[in-house]
Amino acid sequence: MSRYQAELGRISAVRGVRGAMLVSMADGLVVAESLMDGVDGRAVAALAASLAGRLARTTAEAGLESPRVLHLHAERGTLLAVPAAAVELLVVAVTQSDANLGLARLEMLDVAQALG
Amino acid sequence: MSESIRVMTAELVADPASLVFLDLGETLRRRGQLQAALRVAESGMARYPELADARDLAARIHSDLGDGEAAFDAWMDALQRDPSHLGAHKGLGFLYYRAGDLPRALRHLEMARTRSDEPGLARAIATVRATLRGAASEGAGESPAPPPARPSEPMAPTRRQRDGLPFELDEDEEDLPLEAELFEGFEGSRDGLLLLDVNGLRLGGGLRDRDGRDVADAVAAHLSGVSREAARAARLLDLGTWQRLSAECGPGNLHLAAPSPDTVLLAARDASVTAGRLAVIADRAAAAARRWLERAS
Repeated sequence: MSRYQAELGRISAVRGVRGAMLVSMADGLVVAESLMDGVDGRAVAALAASLAGRLARTTAEAGLESPRVLHLHAERGTLLAVPAAAVELLVVAVTQSDANLGLARLEMLDVAQALG
Repeated sequence: MSESIRVMTAELVADPASLVFLDLGETLRRRGQLQAALRVAESGMARYPELADARDLAARIHSDLGDGEAAFDAWMDALQRDPSHLGAHKGLGFLYYRAGDLPRALRHLEMARTRSDEPGLARAIATVRATLRGAASEGAGESPAPPPARPSEPMAPTRRQRDGLPFELDEDEEDLPLEAELFEGFEGSRDGLLLLDVNGLRLGGGLRDRDGRDVADAVAAHLSGVSREAARAARLLDLGTWQRLSAECGPGNLHLAAPSPDTVLLAARDASVTAGRLAVIADRAAAAARRWLERAS
């Protein structure tokens, strides 16, 4: 198991998390993933990177720092993204609506810090 | 019963946990229906005992009823729950000024000023400072008595009894243009809440960066793309309709929601406002935006 897989495993182990990935911030491609069946990793990667990029441009316009945590809440689940800016990666997780988001967020911040 | 009160009452009946009670209570208060407003506020406080906004609402109503002691207690309760609460600092500044305790009045007004750029607050602070300077030069050499911890009589002025005060709790409440009514009464109504249409055009509210520059239109232009991206991501990932997007950005937090299918709301606060509280603020602002959109249409 690669170092990346071990890190992602910590996030995937959180209740309600359907998958975790490392995504290249620049092009939205998958670097590593730990996903449940039925989760389209490439789509998650591309959409998360695009959303994070747009939001970063918006926060810059508002005079704020780039987002440290991004949290898209929808009817049936959540998309979480945490940039590891030093290595230009995005730690991404997709969860069910009943997931332990607080713990997932903490694990993702830990992983982002460990990456760089 | 006005249409807006009817709509809010129906919303509260359908969902007793709705935070619309804050807007309903405030609307009733402004219309002078103080007992009804108090019942709404007390019911809301029972459901949300830790919500500072509910205490602030109750304090305003008590103030209008002329019960300064109850208003004071409610505003102090609000500050215990949110030490930087704008309405509570304004209200306490108001009470202390009325009671002649200018140092305490000034302290609360200055705290309020850190959260709002209302022109009335700046005028009030200037007036209190000038009065304090005058008192200091007249009484040079005398050691002033320590101010009381609680405003003494006369206590809270009623809404019809504010002669001689340098400011009012209900600044600019008369004849507001429709745009200004949108987030009226909300903290950050002109610098931390923004409503835009799907094309990125600002409908109301405002946003300033940390240097005080107006960035509302520029941010609105970007946000329409963000909301489209959020909707697309939620749909393609089979997560259903997106409900909110929040971002922790170091010293500031953002919260994005869609009050209607054609509009996007942004709430921005510094990091001292927790993500959970920001969500509550955004929910209330979204409810206000929906009502405003109904009226505007």
